[in-house]
Formats: sequence, C-alpha cells, structure tokens
Amino acid sequence: MEKALARAGKVPVKAKSKAPNAKAVRLTKVARLNNSNAQRKSMASKKLTNEKLREIHSTMVESRVLEERLIRMNKAGEGYFWIGGPGEEAFAVPLGMLMRKGEGIQYDYLHSHYRGSPTVLALGGQSIDAIRQMRAVATDPYSGGRNFVNHYAIKKWNIVPVFSVIEAQYLQSIGTAHVQREKGCKGITIVTGGDAGTAEGDFASALVWSSRPAGTLPLLMIVTNNKFGISTPWEGQHGEKNVADRGKAFGIRTNIINGNDVWESWEALEEAMEYVRTERKPFLLEARVSRLYGHSSASGAPRWNEEDCLEVFEQKLIKAKVMTEKEIKAVHEKMTTKITEAYKQVQQEAFPTPESIYDHVWAEENGDKGRDSFAAEIGIDFAKNPPPPAHH
Amino acid sequence: MASMAQAIRMALRYGETNMDVTDIFGEDVGPPLGGAFTVTQGLSNSWNCPLDERGIVGMATGIGLAGKRCVAEVQFCDYIFNTIDLLKLAGNACWSSNGEFNMPIVVMTPVGSGIHGSLYHSHSFDAWASRIPGWKVVMPSTPLDAYGLMLSAIEDPNPVMYCIPKALMRARGEEKIPGEPDSDKELKAMIDQPVDAAALKAWKPKWPKLEKYMVPIGKAKHVQEGSHATVVSYGRQMPLIEEIARRLKAEQGIEFDVFDLRTIYPYDWNAIKTSVEKTGRVIFVNEDTEISNFGEHLLRRTCDELFYSLKVRPRMLAGKQLPGIGISPVLEDVSVPQANHIEKEMIELATEQA
Repeated sequence: MEKALARAGKVPVKAKSKAPNAKAVRLTKVARLNNSNAQRKSMASKKLTNEKLREIHSTMVESRVLEERLIRMNKAGEGYFWIGGPGEEAFAVPLGMLMRKGEGIQYDYLHSHYRGSPTVLALGGQSIDAIRQMRAVATDPYSGGRNFVNHYAIKKWNIVPVFSVIEAQYLQSIGTAHVQREKGCKGITIVTGGDAGTAEGDFASALVWSSRPAGTLPLLMIVTNNKFGISTPWEGQHGEKNVADRGKAFGIRTNIINGNDVWESWEALEEAMEYVRTERKPFLLEARVSRLYGHSSASGAPRWNEEDCLEVFEQKLIKAKVMTEKEIKAVHEKMTTKITEAYKQVQQEAFPTPESIYDHVWAEENGDKGRDSFAAEIGIDFAKNPPPPAHH
Repeated sequence: MASMAQAIRMALRYGETNMDVTDIFGEDVGPPLGGAFTVTQGLSNSWNCPLDERGIVGMATGIGLAGKRCVAEVQFCDYIFNTIDLLKLAGNACWSSNGEFNMPIVVMTPVGSGIHGSLYHSHSFDAWASRIPGWKVVMPSTPLDAYGLMLSAIEDPNPVMYCIPKALMRARGEEKIPGEPDSDKELKAMIDQPVDAAALKAWKPKWPKLEKYMVPIGKAKHVQEGSHATVVSYGRQMPLIEEIARRLKAEQGIEFDVFDLRTIYPYDWNAIKTSVEKTGRVIFVNEDTEISNFGEHLLRRTCDELFYSLKVRPRMLAGKQLPGIGISPVLEDVSVPQANHIEKEMIELATEQA
C-alpha cells in the first residue's frame, strides 16, 4: 500500500504546511504534467483584475479554513462523517463565480459532487450552513440534519440535491440540460464528479445522451481528476490516458487543464461555458487537481503531500504584487475568526426533533411540510402515534 | 369501449395538451412505433431515447428537478431493476433536501405475466416498488381507472410509479372514457396508427374531445359489496376475482366484499379495515413472488390491528417463489394465481368454520 502511494507521489504527512508564506511548493508529477500551458495562462491573467483575484483568494481561503474546521469537528466527535473539497479550490471557486446564478431554466444548474464547497461559497453560500450540516442540527438548510456534510440543495441557485451515490449526478444532469434545450434558453447545466466515478456506466450514459444527434444537450461535464478512488490509484484501474479522451469518440469537445492553477481554470471554464451556452452542445472538461486530506474521514483525513493550489496561488499573487504577505495573512486571520464564530454559534443550535422524520417525505401542501398529506394518505395519526423518543 | 392501451394513450394526450406534460419518452416510445404496446402512438411530445434504462430514469429525475412534468417509460419492468438506486434518489429528493425540491415525475412500466413472456417479460414490480419510500405506486385494472390514475399521477407533485398489468393492455372495460366515441371501430380509426409503413407516413391521429377525469391516488375501488368475506387485489387478477365473486354470489349465495386497491402505496387501509371488521375473513391476492410480497405487509397489518375482528385465519395468494416464469403455458399457469386457484381459495375462506 505504502509503495503504491509512494509511486503515485501521494504519501500522507503529519505536519501541516499551512502558513500563507510557505516555502516554494514541490510540484507533484501530476501538476508538472499539467503545468505546460504558460502561454494560455498569461492570456487569461489579463482578464482577471486584481480585485477579482483578491475575491477569488478570499473565497479559497474561506473554503479551506471551513473544510479544516469541519475535519476537526469530525475528529472531535462533533459530526459523524467528513467529506469535502480541500485541494479543489483553484478550480471550484472560479466555477462558482462564472456560473449564471439564479433559479429556473434561464440560469445554470449545478449537479455537484460532494467536493463542491468552494463552488457553493463562490456562489454566495454561507460557511455556517456547512457547519450546521456537519453538526446535523435542525437549522441545516440543505437537509435538516439528515445528510452528510457538503451535500447541498439550494433551489434559488439551481443547486440540485447532492448525494453520495457516485456518478448518478451525471444521469440527472441530462434531464435539466434537456429542459434547457428550449428555444432561447440561456442557462446551461454543469455536472461535476471525480475520476474514479467515470468507471461507472452513468458517465458513459451522459456522453451518449448529451451528444445524440436527435437532441444535443447544453451540458458541461467536469471531471476533477485527483488520480485516486478512495485508496485505489487511477493508474491500476484505467487504461485510458485521459478521461477527456473518451469524449472524442462522441464528437464532444474536450479540454484537459491544470485545475490547481486559478488562471488556467478560469480561462478554461470561461471558454467551455461560452461554448456550451452559445452552441448548446456538450463539453467535457478534465481538471487535474490535488486531494489534500484524502477521500474522507473514513481514511482519517490526514494532510497529504500534494501540491497545494492555495499556496501556489498565494506565491503568484505575491510575485505579481497583487497582494502582500501581510494582506494574505490578514485574510487567513479574518476567515479563521469568521469560521470560529460560526462554529460557536452552531454549537448553541438545536438538533432535529424526533417528529421531524416525517417532514418532506412528500411534497408540501399548504405549508404542512408534507406531513399532513403523508399521514392522511397512509392512515396514521402522528399525534396519537408519535415516533419513539430519541436516544440523544 | 377503449382498451387499456388506448385509455392510457388518451390520458397522455390529455396530459400533454392540458397538464403541461412536456416529455413522454422511453425506448421506442416516439414514432414510428409509438410504444411496444402502442400506448404512446400519435402523441405530440413523445420521443425515442437511447436503450438505457438508467438514462431514462436519470433524465426523468432531472426534468423533475427543473420543475417540469414528464412521463418516462421503462419498456418492461423486467429492465427496471438496474435503476433502483436512481429510483431511490428520486424518492428521497424532497426529504433529503428538507423540502427544497419536489419530484413531479411519472415512470410507467408494464408488469406481470400473462403474455407468455418467459423469464424477462413477466416480472412483477409491485413489492419492489413499495419498498422505495417517497414514491407513490399505482396499478389500474380497467381502462377507465387507467385513464384517471394517469391524470392523477401526472398532477401529483411526488414521483409516481405507474404499473400497467400487461395482460390487461388489450382488455376493454365496461365504462367509457369521458370524451370517447360510441364505437370501438370509430375510436380505432381515430387514434390507432396504421401498421402499413406508407399509410403511417401520412397518418395523423384525430383525438376525441377528452375530458378531465381523476381517480384519486390512495383510494380503493369497492368492486362488489358483500358481507361474507373480503378479497383485496389489484392489477391482472382483478377481472378474474370480479367474475368469480359475481358467479359465486349468483350460484352459491356467497357474497364477497371485493376491493381493487388501485394504489399500492399509499394504500387504502381504511377500506380494508372497515371491510375486515365487517366480514372477519380476508384474502390478499397478487401475482408477485410470495416472499416479502406486498400482500404479506397487508397480512401483517391485519394481524397487528384487526386480529380480534378475524373469524378465520387471514390468507394470501401470490406467485410462487421462483427465479422466473417459464414460457410454457403449463409452467406459467402454475407459477402465478389463475382463476381456478383463486376460486378455490375464496370458497375456502368464505366457508371455513369460524
């Protein structure tokens, strides 16, 4: 096992190297492979103003500090499971910022995997809500204390329910994209997932359905490739050189980028979104990214020795004189304080009530949270037959 | 009178013209075939899709997430099993998102035996479907109920599994669909597409002036009034039970209280309860395999809640616990309840010494 990890250049390390002014980052094999687009990056950099770069940085830091708090909460027994997106910030923050945000088919739908916290924050999501979902309190707006952390559902921004079933989001994404085939529609559908999940037939289904001549779909399929499926290295399970190559057989436009680079991610996403939005055709974008804390808490969530996109970004911001070390440090301190305060607030919030298990089994009618219609139709009087008291 | 296939077709037509159904899709659902059982011929919003059941359910779910209404078809329920995790996702979309998203979709699929469909065109799905919370599950046994249940399924803001007993697909009822012309011949000329390829090219359906008619989900139909014993069923066995009950009443004076459940979930417990409290005798009949059968749940609830109302042991008659249905009529007949099995059980139920 250790040898396999070492071969892939991914060995967990105990010590964290989290200071914003960290030493020059040692690029992994993956990052080196994908760091060859210097020309394109310099083109993209012209599009990103200093103000926008600072906004991206601030969101990346908030997302990272949030995820590290969530991991600590899990380790302290204040949440049952952690899974999230540290390591994908350089790609996922631009994704959220570039989306056409709103509700309904004229806006972009997001079928996210569970590593989408940077995207949700970039869209305007509140970090306190992720902490609520981690602690499974009743105020968790995404699931009411029901689902794992980073399993969002935000209707006003077309973020459809996130689930743990690997790759099924690619199948649901063809449905919202199909609806967006309506004439004059400006919205597109975006689906994200990892590299390991592309082995599921659902990924192939999305390629088939999105490119069928009878109805091509405005669908941006994103694969964030961290070269691992939980503990299993990509190299041993996939004969294809790149995931994106599979799109070519269907005539789907593709791109492979270094998702650890903000400028490259921004440009590639802008280009892909523009193509899907105007051509109403699918696009397959593979972003090579790092996975900084392993798959989930199930593997202990230790810090891994991979390229840290945030540290890389901060080095570049300093070099380009966009931000000083002091300013960067201040952003970290501000976000740490914000997340700590949010965490303290959530500790005071109530857990779900036992009777809330029946809420929203079915759709709400007249403000009944779906309970009354459910109870009436199955012939149970919840007032007379309440669920048993909770153990907690 | 319209066949069940024609009735569903007319309901879908009503749905696409009056109830905002934007998509009716599945394998061979659109032209030129219009469905393996002709259910979707001539519709405006029907279309063919890749041969991919997971894609079909995923597509339907995505359409539902976007707030649109669709009816997706899985050509035979025998091919729906690899979509069960997707059905679960559709069923928990509302609950898992704390009420943020509804899932107003319909998935229809032909179920059961009766056409000598062998191992992979004879499966039942009612027990499986009843174990996917968040879904409503219906199964009509007459064309009029098929029409009314489809309209209710379309209108419902929750996912509805619409099971069609394929053996009854061509059966005609005793009640007219609202708007249906007087003669079968006339209806056929209006809405059945020609088989001939050249004629089909020029063919356009002439839809009758259809009307809204809803059969509420969750309400059983009281098929026959009686006080001696209760029979509860749905789908393919209903016409058999009705005929037997009618005959036994006329010939032997045994009066059965017969219910067509029509909805498997949420089922009409009040109807069952009221009847069993009256008769003290009950049998549940369906053709799904007998282990973990939906009828077993009804038996359990009967024992739990109505035990002291029972005069004799409650019964269930279901399909044999077999890996499949054999194509030989001999094998099929002994695998799922036939008229003679049902009659024997009904007589024993009604005549057992209390």
